[in-house]
Amino acid sequence: MPHDDHDHPHALLPPDPALRVKALETILTRKGLIDPAALDEIIDTYQNKIGPQNGARVVAKAWTDPEFKSALMKDATAVVAELGYYGRQGEHMVVVENTPEQHNMVVCTLCSCYPWPLLGIPPGWYKSDAYRARAVREPRKVLADFGVTLPDSSSVRVWDSTAEVRYLVLPLRPAGTDGLTEDELAALVTRDSMIGTGLPKVPS
Amino acid sequence: MTRVHDMGGRFGDGPVHPEPEDAPVFAEDWHGRALAVTLAAGSLGKWNIDVSRHARERLSPKDYARFSYYEKWISGLADLLVETGVLTDEDLRGETDGDKHPLASRVLKSDAVAKVLASGGPADRPSNVRVKFEPGQKVVTARQSANRLVDGGHTRLPRYAAGARGRILMMHGTHVLPDSNAHRLGEAPEPLYAVVFPASELWSNPEHPKDEVVLDLWQSYLEPA
Repeated sequence: MPHDDHDHPHALLPPDPALRVKALETILTRKGLIDPAALDEIIDTYQNKIGPQNGARVVAKAWTDPEFKSALMKDATAVVAELGYYGRQGEHMVVVENTPEQHNMVVCTLCSCYPWPLLGIPPGWYKSDAYRARAVREPRKVLADFGVTLPDSSSVRVWDSTAEVRYLVLPLRPAGTDGLTEDELAALVTRDSMIGTGLPKVPS
Repeated sequence: MTRVHDMGGRFGDGPVHPEPEDAPVFAEDWHGRALAVTLAAGSLGKWNIDVSRHARERLSPKDYARFSYYEKWISGLADLLVETGVLTDEDLRGETDGDKHPLASRVLKSDAVAKVLASGGPADRPSNVRVKFEPGQKVVTARQSANRLVDGGHTRLPRYAAGARGRILMMHGTHVLPDSNAHRLGEAPEPLYAVVFPASELWSNPEHPKDEVVLDLWQSYLEPA
């Protein structure tokens, strides 16, 4: 049932958000329902272990290894799992490739779905009302907010993540990167380029 | 009719303000705590991902609009904990003692965190529902974005894509139907497709004639066009 109570229980907690979290954590801990050490572990995982460096490695490998890329485009979930990138919010992965004719961009208009195992926790802007509302209707104006202008010859395909499928953009490999190693290429791959709101860095 | 969270296409939100790539993962310490408390409480096994999404969507429109992202999470979580009988109103008011809870045996311990996060929760399931569409086929979405099982219930067809004509781009297999699962009516798995729509089908003033929007949509949201 939708439970449209007018007195939501959350209003019983302190209104200040930091205090509200603290209060709930304290109540649950006292009852033995959460272990504060597990919370530290979860935070450490997403702060230090899982982040866009994972996705960047996948992209750099796809740029340098045609067989890997071909397998990745066919079954991204299995291929990235082999690199150790699987888990919560990355159970069903699809990689979409940018071409000179088509640019891809990912959003979740209904909440903030995002490929955690490859990109980590989404940045604030990805979860903002402005991005969620505008990305589907005016992607080019949103790209302008990121300082990105696409040529008129390129179409934009926006992926609204409405199910449990998570999308990763494979950006175009920048010119002038022949002969760079996989590690050097990975350093050019930005988080935003894998969401489709940015482009990879060009080598200096 | 959907709810306040269904904001795709809405006007008036102003510019997007991108943070630098190296900004902290959690802008405030309590953001990380809110995320961690929510994930840890999920291990108590009292709800699924669709129930928890719907708990955030059911915040009143006023709260949804004024709450920041993690405030929505923590408030949705508090509501769920009371609705599922894990906590009482008195617990939230801090009026009860800290006696061990009957569910305490399910607590997520720190040494289990890595495994739980790494195992995830796949949404694909075997299904007996016959696959109706194949890539390339033209389809039209339901005229209204609404849950057909529960009035005002959870659905994943955004309002902006209701009654729109598109084309099947890919088939994702058969997945749990959120419209059913969010209301504990069973997983009801059915075929899920990526459906591509020309921007001109969705917006009165599309930016470019070749632009497109792709949505993942369940078979029961679609009819042949």
